[in-house]
Amino acid sequence: MPKLIIDGNEIEVADGITLIQACEEAGVEIPRFCYHERLSIAGNCRMCLVEVVDAPKPVASCAMGVNELRPGRDGGPPEIRTNSETVKKAREGVMEFLLINHPLDCPICDQGGECDLQDQAMAYGVDGSRFIENKRAVEDKNVGPLIKTIMTRCIHCTRCVRFMTEIAGVEELGMTGRGEDAEITTYLEQGMMSELSGNVIDLCPVGALTSKPYAFAARPWELRKTESIDVMDAIGSNIRVDTRGREVMRILPRNNDDVNEEWISDKTRFVWDGLRTQRLDQPYVRVRGKLKPATWNDAFAAVARKVKGLSGSKLAAIAGDLAGAEDMFALKDLMTRLKSANMDCRQDGAIIDPAKGRASYLFNSEIAALEEADALLLVGTDPRWEASVLNSRIRRRWRAGAIKVGLIGPETDLTYEHDYIGAGPQSLADLASGKYDFFKTLKGAKRPMIIVGSGALARSDGAAVMAQVAKLADAAGVVKRGWNGFNVLHHAASRVAGLDLGFLPGKGGLDTAGILKAAQSGKVEIVFLLGADEIDMADLGKAFVVYIGTHGDAGAHRADVILPGAAYTEKSAIYVNTEGRPQMADRAVFPPGDAREDWAVLRALSAELGVPLEYDSLAELRSAMFAEYRHLAMIDEIDHSDGLDLSALSAGGARLTKQPFARTVTDYYLTNAIARASAIMGELSAMKAGVEKTGTDG
Amino acid sequence: MSVRRLDPVQPDAFKFSPANLKWARDQMKKYPKGRQASAVIPLLWRAQEQHGGWLPEPALRAVADLLDMAYIRVYEVATFYTMFNLSPVGKYFVQLCGTTPCWLRGANDLKEVCRRVIGEQQQVTEDGLFSWLEVECLGACANAPMVQINKDYYEDLTAESFEQLLADLKAGREVKPGPQNGRQFSCPEGGPTTLMNGAAESKKSSAAKSTRTTKRKPSTARTKSATKRGGK
Repeated sequence: MPKLIIDGNEIEVADGITLIQACEEAGVEIPRFCYHERLSIAGNCRMCLVEVVDAPKPVASCAMGVNELRPGRDGGPPEIRTNSETVKKAREGVMEFLLINHPLDCPICDQGGECDLQDQAMAYGVDGSRFIENKRAVEDKNVGPLIKTIMTRCIHCTRCVRFMTEIAGVEELGMTGRGEDAEITTYLEQGMMSELSGNVIDLCPVGALTSKPYAFAARPWELRKTESIDVMDAIGSNIRVDTRGREVMRILPRNNDDVNEEWISDKTRFVWDGLRTQRLDQPYVRVRGKLKPATWNDAFAAVARKVKGLSGSKLAAIAGDLAGAEDMFALKDLMTRLKSANMDCRQDGAIIDPAKGRASYLFNSEIAALEEADALLLVGTDPRWEASVLNSRIRRRWRAGAIKVGLIGPETDLTYEHDYIGAGPQSLADLASGKYDFFKTLKGAKRPMIIVGSGALARSDGAAVMAQVAKLADAAGVVKRGWNGFNVLHHAASRVAGLDLGFLPGKGGLDTAGILKAAQSGKVEIVFLLGADEIDMADLGKAFVVYIGTHGDAGAHRADVILPGAAYTEKSAIYVNTEGRPQMADRAVFPPGDAREDWAVLRALSAELGVPLEYDSLAELRSAMFAEYRHLAMIDEIDHSDGLDLSALSAGGARLTKQPFARTVTDYYLTNAIARASAIMGELSAMKAGVEKTGTDG
Repeated sequence: MSVRRLDPVQPDAFKFSPANLKWARDQMKKYPKGRQASAVIPLLWRAQEQHGGWLPEPALRAVADLLDMAYIRVYEVATFYTMFNLSPVGKYFVQLCGTTPCWLRGANDLKEVCRRVIGEQQQVTEDGLFSWLEVECLGACANAPMVQINKDYYEDLTAESFEQLLADLKAGREVKPGPQNGRQFSCPEGGPTTLMNGAAESKKSSAAKSTRTTKRKPSTARTKSATKRGGK
């Protein structure tokens, strides 16, 4: 624990940290460009120079370890000055150099107003330049449809290069040339094919890498910022939704070390254009085979006409992947009042039985615990595409050489090395019986972890697979005192909340497959779809379909009545992520046109159906919900009170089939209705599929 | 120096010759397992030699694949080091030193010769024989001005001798590397001034004061003993 004197104040800091971190702990701000706490140290911008007393010259604080400092002349702690004349001069000098080739185009730069260079030039720079030579200009690079480059602005901090190499695991960016001719580029200007590439926009301290879809759209100071939660996957990345007027202009990450750190996936970041297109902004009723615009009253009346007099067993409801907890609570309430037990929130048919305890379907270790894990088995999951941000954590652990990863499921590029064990349940059973070496790795590990994905559960023998995993977990000692390494990785943002709320078949009720079957045979006559678009609509037979949702996607096309709802940026809702962590999203904008928040639609509909729900406001709904499901009120905290019972889990299930685990995410960029409505996601999907656009095909 | 880019005209493919491939694999064995990327510079260098003095884009990929590196990493190295030529060069690739000592001794005259005989920098003559490039110090300042043609130094040049040299190369005549003014290595011009027999020395040092002669003696002794040691 070395002691330092920073600006006259003595401070004791942890071993092994750098001087810049020590200064931060002492409450001193050090300007920096290349240094980033989640990336490796480059030390090339020189902005973080500080004065170490008795050192011959200023020291780059980001690259100087506190343990490397010599004691002061009198044997006391080393003394650091960050506000001396030397430091001021050094910073002014560095800033002058950085600005030599930086264009003065802030008025037309998208980074303007949130630019590190701009801010630090104001704070630490001088007002003029002595440079009278020609400034250099650099050709802009094409690195794909997401990132706009204005390379003349680049100051060569190499944050983007380090991010792509270290975190994203896709070595595509690099710095070519040298000295004045150095440039950041991809190999032959190929587009960056990474699911995390958008983060380099945030990392870029200047305006060299900016968002292409957001180019020239808004200024940061005219945007209203709303804290929200992402629903593109079940990680529940913390986001900030920036809006102007009624439109979402962009989506940025918020820092949350427990969940997404400060990264978000490209789908999360760039899906916002899908919130503007294909929107359902008024109710529709199908008249003589065609959907016609209708008023709310007409739409409700059309539903009421059908529902009245039907017994509950002829009604069914399926909740989609983007539904909020409140919406599902209200719909479940409505179905119960209509005396129907046919409801399911697992539209992919995942076999998860909440009766076996909450821990049987959660990511029990919590995402942050990946920092401690030393052996990891992935079963039927591809975290790179199902939970990109989580995957970057596994990669970081792997880069530190501290984790061994095994994979059962479709072979895939995870961005880190892994033992490929097999494709299906048989390999799982063999592994449990110790046939593969990886079993020893798992058993010998201090912090072993198993992650089961939807690919292993959304199949007819899902229960048997789960039982097999439980047996393996037991045999390998994955669950032990103070450590629960049994994890389920969901892909649908609504799933855990749905399971928590029991949005599942009640007594004698039908599950998703049962509902579809019954709809075909006519046993179920009315199906409510709460944003459920991922089922095969042809399976709904002749049933009367009421679609409550946001986008004109599969569900809306099949619907007989459309009740327009609110997307995740347009309502305050609770989403429970795969860890079981309830997080609250705030409303950033209002739903378009006549669309209303889903719970309010259901409340109004319930009155028309003669079974009014007992809450008239979101606050009342929440208190009713919290009364029944107390853990949902613990926002941002995980309730682990329901412990894991492996023996109960391993008891279930019939025989394993031979069928290999399927891919959960076949087209990463088009996994939900919002993404399918997004032009950018469409472009990315086409790019990933290797479709070469000629420029004349649009 | 200017921005270095890959040549717009590229061959379809590049393949190491069997001998070079074997050599490359031997180079890779010099480094611990997993650190084979350390061999990137020798491999690029060999690829450049094999491909007529310049590196085509397929060669970068070939080296990257061989070393299990990302293409961009090899591209970074190839663009960083100026001794990797990214565009075709002549059969005789003239690297002309223009740094201060050579410049003081007339490098500009040599440049003029290059322009006249070969053409602009980095342009290959139509017969494919010559191209030239001004480079920084090649470390032969004692024999300034000088050029490097392929692997050999040609030193103590004048505009005339340099032009003759280029003419000889063009005609396919044999040329002699090293100083072009009859000087031996970097010995003093016009013959040795030290290590001569006493007569010669006393004759030459007629103007020199006795202090100088005494000064020179110990140094002579040192050099002699050094030669002895070296000769063992």
